[in-house]
Amino acid sequence: MTAEQQADLNESLQDLKKLVEDHLGDDLILAQLAHGELSITVATTDLPRALLWLRDDPNMLFKELVDICGVDYPEREQRFDVVYHLLSMHHNQRIRVRVTTDEATPVPSTTGLFRSAGWFEREAWDMYGILFSDHPDLRRLLTDYGFEGHPLRKDFPLTGYVEMRYDDEQQRVVYEPVKLRQDFRNFDFLSPWEGAGGLLPGDEKAVDPAA
Amino acid sequence: MAEVDLRSFTVNFGPQHPAAHGVLRLVLEMSGEIVERADPHIGLLHRGTEKLIEYRPYLQNIPYFDRLDYCSMLCQEHAYVLAVEKLLEVEVPERALYIRTLFDEITRILNHLLNITTMALDCGAMTPLLWMFEEREKLMAFYERVSGARMHANYYRFGGVARDMPAGLAEDIATWLDSFEPLFEDVDNLLSENRIFKQRTVDIGVVTAEDAFNLGFSGPMLRASGVAWDLRKAEPYAMYDRMEFDIPVGRNGDCWDRYLVRMLEVKESMKIVRQCLDQMRPGPVRTDDKKVTPPSRANMKRSMEALIHHFKLYTEGVHVPEGEVYAAVESGKGEFGVYLVSDGTNRPYRCKIRSPGYVHLQALDEMSKGHQLADVVAIIGSMDIVFGEIDR
Repeated sequence: MTAEQQADLNESLQDLKKLVEDHLGDDLILAQLAHGELSITVATTDLPRALLWLRDDPNMLFKELVDICGVDYPEREQRFDVVYHLLSMHHNQRIRVRVTTDEATPVPSTTGLFRSAGWFEREAWDMYGILFSDHPDLRRLLTDYGFEGHPLRKDFPLTGYVEMRYDDEQQRVVYEPVKLRQDFRNFDFLSPWEGAGGLLPGDEKAVDPAA
Repeated sequence: MAEVDLRSFTVNFGPQHPAAHGVLRLVLEMSGEIVERADPHIGLLHRGTEKLIEYRPYLQNIPYFDRLDYCSMLCQEHAYVLAVEKLLEVEVPERALYIRTLFDEITRILNHLLNITTMALDCGAMTPLLWMFEEREKLMAFYERVSGARMHANYYRFGGVARDMPAGLAEDIATWLDSFEPLFEDVDNLLSENRIFKQRTVDIGVVTAEDAFNLGFSGPMLRASGVAWDLRKAEPYAMYDRMEFDIPVGRNGDCWDRYLVRMLEVKESMKIVRQCLDQMRPGPVRTDDKKVTPPSRANMKRSMEALIHHFKLYTEGVHVPEGEVYAAVESGKGEFGVYLVSDGTNRPYRCKIRSPGYVHLQALDEMSKGHQLADVVAIIGSMDIVFGEIDR
């Protein structure tokens, strides 16, 4: 991409950002331009209204829902981000809409606006346990029949809880707790000088000599 | 006349059905021969790629992208590499961009040849498969010469490609193109106007442009419905803005149009491959940013700094600045996107893979409603689904 095209792109993104800011007003929690992409954050309850406007307004026409996905931040109270990627083929623009939620609060389903949302929301439910209200068919999608838990959550172990094998005696597939021949190794590559907040390993004892 | 109790019954299709293109399990509610509802059960090939990616350094994740859609390997690597490059803000040398364009198009030919011929096989034509798989084998030989692997290339790197093309490869690709063209014409003559093939595909699984938007279609599926949308033109990445090619567009959005769009796209890809070979000039193939590209072996023996860089890059890996990006490429099947969230460490915090086949398969219910069971096979064939990317 040439510098000229880059400048054009940035300018059209600035325009888009301004339009979104003007229309959504107080509903808009955050609008951010980074790496040539515009991402906005709205409240969960405002989501259907914002998406409807983005889809139907002649200046927007984000008619194609590219993707919905969850992101998990377990340390936050509202631990999940639900991220919507929209594409406007008429104006050749993309926008990212984000809402936050927790394990109990459902997000309004967008299946009424975009039919492609059905499986994306089912996947988000399956992988993260994010609830969607008014979804016509919120079943698990990718995991095994009878699977328990939500595997993409950060507190779900990479190795899982159960493993499956065919049992010759019982003549069927059986599930058993995971047995590892070798402990799962997860190396910590964070530099102690940059990553761990200035605290060197072993230094935690030195902080409080009275204890 | 005695009252007949009519009721619909449920048919389980797959997961081992040869026309299911992998491990698709379909639960079909049928009224006689007519499909009333199709419920695809996916996930039989789910390997948890997205979870695995969160536990690997950035560089070690590239091979996972080969293994998603195992018919368009390098296109998917391209999307991931683009996403990481966006965050790292590195410049890619021109020759590397040409090589990427060249191999993206070779990949597209690979992908389309597989889909066209297996779709024909589903509809009863076996010859194209036998002819074209030989050509695919030759294309995979090019893959092998450039990367060492026939399919799972692991060839693109952040800021370039792993190594330069070996001497003589460009000439061999040009020679192959000349020999391939008449063969492909043969397939065209054999299939496109074939009466049986047309009976199986024309007016089957029609999708209008408006529906295609709402269903989230992309790639040949969208273009067959009459929308001239191609990421290579709309958001040109690599060297596509210097290439001259056309976007084939369908008119009716039925299975036959989807087939025709793919046939024409192969011809356009051949044009692009030719242009790449003509325009390519010698030069570096990786960025000289020392925090991204490992030093040369010879340099490592002499320079302490190079040795440190090598050690850091192969133990710890690249540290990617905090942020989130979405990068998409036009893979053979449609828009393949990677949404990457980085927290500034050497591993992705979240990597969502947006695969085109996933969205397309979702529309199977709407597309097959009211069709006969045999038409479902033609529709699945025309969707170009591969389970590696759908289940992830």
